[in-house]
Amino acid sequence: MKSINDIWKILERIPDPEIPVISVVELGIIRALRYEGPKLIITITPTYSGCPAMSAISIDINNHMHENDIKDFQIETVYQPAWTTDWMSKEAKEKLRVYGIAPPNEQIKHKLNVLTGDHDEEVNCPHCGSNNTILTSQFGSTACKALYKCKECLEPFDYFKCI
Amino acid sequence: MTKQEALFKYLLRLGDQHLILGHRLSEQSSKGPFLEEDIACSNIALDLIGNANHLLQYAAEVENKNRTADDLAFLRSEREFYNSLLAEQPNGDFAFVMTKHFFADVFDFYLYTELQKSADETLASIAAKALKEITYHLRHTSKWMIRLGDGTDESKMRAQNAINELYRFTSELFEMDEVDEVLLKEKIAVDSSSIQNSWFAKVKEVFAEAGLNLPEEVYMQTGSRKGQHTEHLGFLLAEMQHLHRAFPGAQW
Repeated sequence: MKSINDIWKILERIPDPEIPVISVVELGIIRALRYEGPKLIITITPTYSGCPAMSAISIDINNHMHENDIKDFQIETVYQPAWTTDWMSKEAKEKLRVYGIAPPNEQIKHKLNVLTGDHDEEVNCPHCGSNNTILTSQFGSTACKALYKCKECLEPFDYFKCI
Repeated sequence: MTKQEALFKYLLRLGDQHLILGHRLSEQSSKGPFLEEDIACSNIALDLIGNANHLLQYAAEVENKNRTADDLAFLRSEREFYNSLLAEQPNGDFAFVMTKHFFADVFDFYLYTELQKSADETLASIAAKALKEITYHLRHTSKWMIRLGDGTDESKMRAQNAINELYRFTSELFEMDEVDEVLLKEKIAVDSSSIQNSWFAKVKEVFAEAGLNLPEEVYMQTGSRKGQHTEHLGFLLAEMQHLHRAFPGAQW
């Protein structure tokens, strides 16, 4: 039987299907690991309710478990606490930036107001670092991203929404 | 009515609302006025259907009769659906789609804010998750109402026409029946009369900024709590359920 630590190491090798520079562990999707007797329970939480990557991630976890000879396991989905971008490490956020996706801001006070549009968020361009950017659309190529444009270097870019 | 029966029906009501809203909006995919908006509508449809999946999965679990979320979505008939009449209305022009979702989003925003505190932990956690998404949806539709109302004469006219047409389906959202009565005692459901004032305040605030008006003296339509729908739901279900019924048990 593999130790919980070894399992974490296996899972750290699974990239996010949409953003392959970060792993599912770094993204904060894997919430907990535990053994119930001989059975390994892997607890995951969805990023967005309808995120199609979730089924791809379950398949990837399945494959990695089988490759590592772990047969007695079960994937459990929990919704509480709801996934937040605050679970992403600083390193993961830096990887996103280098990849060309503006990483999510830290949770801000009165975040609800940001979401309902009472005031706007400051987002830095991942290419030139300028904060002179403008929201093109709150909805991007995947559920977790918004579209922005940099007014300094004129590049369009994705922003990983802070939720 | 037992607590279990009431909870099952309540979950169907919530799940059906998002399934039908989401499915209708998915019909809009590739027909958006411009690329970013097309992507936005498809994303919102995806959120809604994803959330419906969580709710219907839980409904199936509560019912405990060996049915799955897919069975509930694809093998029930029109009279067994409890989505609002608002949700099933056909898309019409873009102003119509945005107005419909704006009315629904404002309602959802206050409903799910309260549902997070439900005594039923699973429902509360599904609601907390969904609220983050609903907040984005509401921001999107509020901005569109202002843009359309405050835009050209044409866009203002279309938005106002949509409001005049759709307003009659809104009071139904706040209706309560025996299901709510049973669940309110258990602190599981939300007292929808308590969110009606917030709904009006938010709608009026956005319309004031947009230069749009709520019509007066409208005969309010009703029926969905009893499974009585407008003629449009049957056609929607025929398309949505066709594949699953033609190939029973089909899976992606």
